[in-house]
Amino acid sequence: MDFTLNRNADLHNSGGGVMEKFYYDNQTVKLFGYATLFWGVIGMLAGLWIALELVWPSLNFGFAPITFGRLRPVHTNAVVFAFVGNGIFMGVYYSLQRLCKARMFSDTLSKVHFWGWQLIIAAAAATLLMGFNTSKEYAELEWPIDVAITLVWVIFGVNLMGTILKRRERHLYVAIWFYIATWITVAMLHIVNSIEIPVSLFKSYSWYAGVQDALVQWWYGHNAVAFFLTTPYLGLMYYFLPKAAERPVYSYRLSIIHFWALIFIYIWAGPHHLLYTALPDWAQSLGTVFSVMLLAPSWGGMINGLFTLRGAWDKVRESAVLKFMVVAITAYGMATFEGPLLSLKNVNAISHYTDWTIAHVHVGALGWNGFLTFGVIYWLIPKMFRTKLYSEGLANTHFWIGTLGIVFYAVPLYWAGWTQSMMWKQFTPEGQLQYQFLETVNYIIPMYALRALGGLLFLTGVLIGIYNLVKTVKMGDFIANEPAEAMPLSVATANGHSGEHWHRWIERRPVQMLIGSLVVVAIGGLIELVPTFLVNSNVPTIASVKPYTPLELHGRDIYQREGCYLCHSQMIRPFRDEVARYGEYSKAGEFVYDHPFQWGSKRTGPDLARIGGKYPDSWHYNHMLEPSSMAPGSIMPTYPWLFDDEIDKSKTEGIIRAMQTLGVPYPEGYDQQANKELDEQAMHIVESLKKDKITTKKEKEIVALIAYLQRMGKDIKNASTSNP
Amino acid sequence: MSVIVILLAASLSIAGFFLLAYLWSVKNGQFDDDYSPAVRILFENEALPGKRDNHDKESPIEVSPTEGTPNLKN
Repeated sequence: MDFTLNRNADLHNSGGGVMEKFYYDNQTVKLFGYATLFWGVIGMLAGLWIALELVWPSLNFGFAPITFGRLRPVHTNAVVFAFVGNGIFMGVYYSLQRLCKARMFSDTLSKVHFWGWQLIIAAAAATLLMGFNTSKEYAELEWPIDVAITLVWVIFGVNLMGTILKRRERHLYVAIWFYIATWITVAMLHIVNSIEIPVSLFKSYSWYAGVQDALVQWWYGHNAVAFFLTTPYLGLMYYFLPKAAERPVYSYRLSIIHFWALIFIYIWAGPHHLLYTALPDWAQSLGTVFSVMLLAPSWGGMINGLFTLRGAWDKVRESAVLKFMVVAITAYGMATFEGPLLSLKNVNAISHYTDWTIAHVHVGALGWNGFLTFGVIYWLIPKMFRTKLYSEGLANTHFWIGTLGIVFYAVPLYWAGWTQSMMWKQFTPEGQLQYQFLETVNYIIPMYALRALGGLLFLTGVLIGIYNLVKTVKMGDFIANEPAEAMPLSVATANGHSGEHWHRWIERRPVQMLIGSLVVVAIGGLIELVPTFLVNSNVPTIASVKPYTPLELHGRDIYQREGCYLCHSQMIRPFRDEVARYGEYSKAGEFVYDHPFQWGSKRTGPDLARIGGKYPDSWHYNHMLEPSSMAPGSIMPTYPWLFDDEIDKSKTEGIIRAMQTLGVPYPEGYDQQANKELDEQAMHIVESLKKDKITTKKEKEIVALIAYLQRMGKDIKNASTSNP
Repeated sequence: MSVIVILLAASLSIAGFFLLAYLWSVKNGQFDDDYSPAVRILFENEALPGKRDNHDKESPIEVSPTEGTPNLKN
């Protein structure tokens, strides 16, 4: 047997014992790989469609499920959790087994994990299209799916930790740390951000309100990027790049240092999504400082990745796999340089709410995640099928079309974002705003068209890749259970020896390691969250701010259901142009009854924080029916179903009681009279519409939406004195 | 909400301790073996392909009792 060879290879197995034979599970890896490609196409198609909707609004077809507001969460969730998610599991299931020299802990758990995750994705897509939407970005799924995600994530965790515990290799390779940190942090983020109070099977309200909800959400949102799109993929990079390049990682020491630094710093950076908002200043500054610091560990990873190829660049010329990986790592470097840049308050003042952000995330998503995924798949599939890639030429075609796609996607949007922001801020010599909001939108439509072309190119590359992989699979000879052998861990060495370094101790103890990672990650998040929860002075209450009426709450539900927050912010920053355009800047105290908050992150349309009272009811009525009738050139979808569907008054009592539970001060027993007040307010709106020769029924959803829109930002206007 | 406070205080003290331990170790410590793990991952699969061919069709393969079933689809 190759006993000696194995002993040499396995430098750390010094203990005695008999070589054990076992099998790696390739079946699960293969399934996750197929799912990655399948959902990748679905997610990118949704992305392409919404990109086209911005150029040709008629593509919304007045059909609810495919309007921008409903399809955009489908795109983001599919790409993040279905495409990248399955990509993570594919890579983890393959590399973890090899790194631990053990089969996955449980075949049953692997199966449940795979099918459970696919079921969640299917349910997510269906419910989002139906309009079940919590309106917290990248956490839009309603509570039953949140629960399912938690369960499947725990199953993944058990399978992950179980495999690590029964490993035959004492040393935990750096990739495994990244996987552990991913698991524990995502679990924490998901649970904390998803605390919500259910009203019905598919409707819930965030436990947090206003500023606090915004902080929790972006603490989650930012770290979803950090711990779902970054750390697991760094782990994959540390395994698959050396394997594909056939040389060890440039510096193992650097990998250790940058791992700890990265997980410690990342968790603090969330507030950079809320610069110049009503979030307390100290929290904003904290987010900025840590975002800038983040550059170091991020580039540590990039440098380590690129330097791994030192002396091997000739291989990059030949191998499509390495080409994909090099561009992925370069994109990672660019995105993580840009991140700190965008977190500077003066840059953020320009970039926020514009397409600059969209360009930024797509350099990460298409370049880093997308290209690393394809690099890994092109390496993995032939390996598991014991064959060569069907066509290296097609893989290179995929690479070049994809790269071109990224350029065509990102560059026009950088241009669009910068241009639009400059136009927003432009004043005439007389001191008036130079451009109407709509003018700035129409100006950048050509850039939107180019962006859609970029997306189309990228997707075309993916389809070529799938063809190539299908051909490869057909040629190959799949090995579902791959034989391997290794020495068991002997008891003597498992306990270590005295005087050793603590880091080596912890490397052998995954459970302690798990707790350690949690602690490191928790400290950042908690320091930011606690004071906002505890210190009342952080959220000054304003006496004139009153809870929403029952009709307005229904309108708010519709606002969330249709994904209005995806294109309209409700947060006026304290800048001259924003105050001139939208009114008094937003105060933290205005949002104390907002479960969940609706600040938004992008202004494809104008800010709505003070839309209340700006236009008559009839304007809103006509505008929702046909936006271009009120605003020629508008790219907003039409919402004809709001004029047919009726307000679900049976839910009113439950909604009011849920709000009372959350601390909204409705009087005792208000749930019983809520529908009566709802009718009165609705009647009022119907009558005001009648004056403008519009007849509608007070039961229609449009009435509730108008009520909500007309309420927005008015409380503080009514106040003679605000009381900070 | 006050429950969060308790949880947080506990987490913070542990985290602080952990941070100090980490800083201390970086100052004092050497990550003794920062070479072989990076090389080792390249080896493991190298040992297999040769053997795989032998095993696949002929010789029955021993399986340790804790591991999954051999099911060489071939």
